[in-house]
Amino acid sequence: MVDETTDNSDSKVYLQIDRLTKKFGNFVALDSVSLEVYEGEFVCFLGPSGCGKTTLLRAIAGLDIQTSGTVRQADVDISALPPSERDFGIVFQSYALFPNLTAERNIAFGLENQKLEKSAVDKRVNELLDLVGLPDQGPKYPAQLSGGQQQRIALARALATSPGLLLLDEPLSALDAKVRAHLRHEIKDLQRRLGVTTVMVTHDQEEALTMADRIVVMNQGVIEQVGTPTQIYREPDTLFVADFIGAMNQVEGHIIGDNSVSIGELSFTSRNHGLANGSPVVAAIRPEDIVPQGMGDYSSSDSDAENNLEMEIEDMEFLGSFWRVSLKNSALGTALMMADMSINAIRSLDVKTGSTIRVKLPADRLWIFPPSVNI
Amino acid sequence: MNESATIAADAAPLIKPRTSKDDRIMVGFILVISLYLLITLAFPLYAMLSKSFSTYAFDLTNFEFQINTGDGWSEPFSAAAQNEKIQKFKPEDLVTSSDGRLAPTELFPDFSFRSPTLYRLRQVRGDTSFLFKTERVDDTEWHEYSSNDFRRIVLRASGATGLDNFRTYFSTPALFRSIENSLFIAFLSTIITVSLAFGFAYAINRSTMRFKGLFKLIAMIPILVPSLLPGIALVYLFGNQGMIKGLLFGESIYGPIGIVIGSVFFTFPHALIIITTALAISDGRLYEAATALRTSRWRTFWTVTIPGARYGLISAAFVVFNLVITDFGLPKVIGGQYNMLAVDIYKQVIGQQNFEMGAVVSVVLLIPALLAFGIDRYVQKKQVAQLSARSVPFVPRPHKNFDRICLGYCSLVAIFIVGLIAVCQYAALIKFWPYNLSLSLVNYNFKVMDGGGWDSYTNSIQLGLYTALAGTIVVFVGAYMVEKINGFLATRSAFQFLAMMPMAIPGMVLGLAYIFFFNNPDNPLNTIYGTLAIMVICTVTHFYTVSHLTAVTALKQMDREFESVAASLKQPFHRLFAKVTVPVCLPSILDISIYLFVNAMTTVSAVIFLYSPDTTLASVAVLNMDDAGDVAPAAAMGMMIFYTNVCARLIHQFVSRNLVRRTQAWRGL
Repeated sequence: MVDETTDNSDSKVYLQIDRLTKKFGNFVALDSVSLEVYEGEFVCFLGPSGCGKTTLLRAIAGLDIQTSGTVRQADVDISALPPSERDFGIVFQSYALFPNLTAERNIAFGLENQKLEKSAVDKRVNELLDLVGLPDQGPKYPAQLSGGQQQRIALARALATSPGLLLLDEPLSALDAKVRAHLRHEIKDLQRRLGVTTVMVTHDQEEALTMADRIVVMNQGVIEQVGTPTQIYREPDTLFVADFIGAMNQVEGHIIGDNSVSIGELSFTSRNHGLANGSPVVAAIRPEDIVPQGMGDYSSSDSDAENNLEMEIEDMEFLGSFWRVSLKNSALGTALMMADMSINAIRSLDVKTGSTIRVKLPADRLWIFPPSVNI
Repeated sequence: MNESATIAADAAPLIKPRTSKDDRIMVGFILVISLYLLITLAFPLYAMLSKSFSTYAFDLTNFEFQINTGDGWSEPFSAAAQNEKIQKFKPEDLVTSSDGRLAPTELFPDFSFRSPTLYRLRQVRGDTSFLFKTERVDDTEWHEYSSNDFRRIVLRASGATGLDNFRTYFSTPALFRSIENSLFIAFLSTIITVSLAFGFAYAINRSTMRFKGLFKLIAMIPILVPSLLPGIALVYLFGNQGMIKGLLFGESIYGPIGIVIGSVFFTFPHALIIITTALAISDGRLYEAATALRTSRWRTFWTVTIPGARYGLISAAFVVFNLVITDFGLPKVIGGQYNMLAVDIYKQVIGQQNFEMGAVVSVVLLIPALLAFGIDRYVQKKQVAQLSARSVPFVPRPHKNFDRICLGYCSLVAIFIVGLIAVCQYAALIKFWPYNLSLSLVNYNFKVMDGGGWDSYTNSIQLGLYTALAGTIVVFVGAYMVEKINGFLATRSAFQFLAMMPMAIPGMVLGLAYIFFFNNPDNPLNTIYGTLAIMVICTVTHFYTVSHLTAVTALKQMDREFESVAASLKQPFHRLFAKVTVPVCLPSILDISIYLFVNAMTTVSAVIFLYSPDTTLASVAVLNMDDAGDVAPAAAMGMMIFYTNVCARLIHQFVSRNLVRRTQAWRGL
């Protein structure tokens, strides 16, 4: 795989997880998971609930220590250490701010009792309040702060002792959409400035795509794929990843050649898949990858008739910046395919419900996966 | 990814988590507190249980005699053979208690201590003993005595295990009839109390009548007095020289009538609290729906109100049942000849010194108490599920006639409660009922009465304070360990089980169990027997469950991740405990301490077996003075307890308000 945005070849491995397994009775929550996180990196664990992402985070923190497998942080084996002997700061979904202490006393909680001068503690607290953009909120109690402010105080508290590793357990999911979008940016910015290695657990793909340097997609206790956001989105390794991240049209078909697949009565050129002839597969393409033909912009590809087909417009849904169009072709079976089209395209091609349009399914965007057992 | 897939063939190392210093301290704590509950609860109960199965009888086959009347020693003969010969004791005469003694001279009808006859005595096996003067002999040697010494010998009974005590119990009508009596009184009191309390709670929750606050306050009064105080008031009202004796139409207040009225009085607040909670959580939207569907008030009551409150009603019923059947003070004061189980224990132990039979009655009393407790726990679990639903509170609307009925009803109940208390106060201040009605404080001169005088009052205050202090610490730390420790599931659930037990254990049973366990000379802890310490321990244990539940509820409201955050910040748990946990839970901690104080002031049942002449208690003094016929001083002391508890409550309120202002500033922001 080619790394598109970040090149980690020079970076030092900071956190190394090797064949981590966590069992709760007979239930295997994590099944021999291995992973490396580089120094200064922002990694997101992404997956549906119950996929093991929080279990993995808690194993890294030592809050629920794994059944087998090792965790190494900064070249030290910390597998069996209790949380108090590890080096990390953590922010929970609930923030877990101490309700009877003011914001500044919350932040100072890890600094006091460390043989620091009181003035040094105060200085550090003010520094952190500035850092999270709440310089005047120190004397307030958590209940007097908004959700987003509480979240930032929790972040400041976790960073107070300058930990080597920052763990974020669904830190934004208790907030409303607008605050969430704003904080995403802020946390990412803060992380970049401090350069602290960060692991965040989330079930929100948008959050993961916008914040992470690399995303670890997890499902049923195993890692499905590790990669940059663009890799995860553009080059999904498995049907699960393709399906979980973004929208994906999925149609059942059969392999008929190295680069080709038959769907219904038609055959298409696809990406190379390495699957045996005749095996049942799922062909997948993202809605935005379906290209309407006949527009001036696309004239260059007009001559290339490969993977072109006529489709009837069943329904159209206006989503603000673009239209999502439902397409049907009886030769493909009863399944509908979604295509995202720009407002320009809709206007210039005069697309409307019931009319027919010629579209192209670009071969390099047409994915072939073995059918999933679980989905 | 591929790389890791190939390595995965080797087994990854199993990880044995290393414990932190905090973990080890926590484990230490939980062990200490579990040990505390084992020693103060499990072991004594076990001692009591085994006592109920131990039987004592004189084993005459094990004793052999030789007699020398001047012409040499006779052949050895056993005491059993001698008994056979003279037909002295029937087998049932040989059954006795652990303290039983039998003089061997009784087997020799012509015995005279002046005769020159010599006696020899030996035991065939070493598992019995006899006493010569105060010296215990348990060997198998022959011992020779002059007839003057022989009369100073007593044979001791030997112990065995079996169901004989229970057989005796169930073949003695005077004893087993108490079961029926206790069940009857408990059932009747339960039905009356729950009905009355439901009406009261309904009026407070569903009407817009005035004086709700006052009514709630009055309804809580009975909690502040010993359960036997209403008994004394009833004696003054309906006793042989009662003020309004005529209202009973010749029936006697001494017996079921008195017990039931008194029981209703002292269990009323307990039932009210539960039912009020149950009514308060009902969903206002259901009533809006009922109104929208034009359902009649009557039908709404039966289809919405009652089903909504049913768990509360059932729970209240079992709590009241348990309180009545295990109460000892009230039937002691007003029960007359009407026997009840809890009083039987007292009579067997204090009156007849028959500890084994006391243990048997205790076991019998445990059964309904455990049953009621079990069902109540089951029902309360369901109630919690109902609570978690988000509902809109019901807001009553004015309804003139209904409000008037409610006001009238609540006034009647309030008059009943205040009336009984007022009668007690009146009785305490009158010189000599009914002959000299002038007011005086002569009844407060406790020095001249049985019961320990003013010392017992100060002892009670001490007991209350120590119980509140020690109990709150033990209970809260214990609850913290159970709630916040990681792992050790088995230990924690064992602890949780032990913590729930005391609610099911009647006070009399606990007190008796303490005698068996702590008064055993082989127990190294027996030095605390007869001290204030054992009463503090007993009282803490007796009222452990409710305190524990209060603490657990408060702790459950704390974020579960506080401990994780503190660990990540490398802060020891005790710092979190002191800086966050205790301050946040302070209102509940204060509630626990006042609960323990008030109960320590009023409790009679458990401590009745444990006080010594130096550690008499006010509540016990009420009982003893009443027993001795000093009813007016008993009432006076009862009222002292009442006023003390009122003061304690006021102080509690004042302290809470001040502390809360300082430590709970974050609340209600």
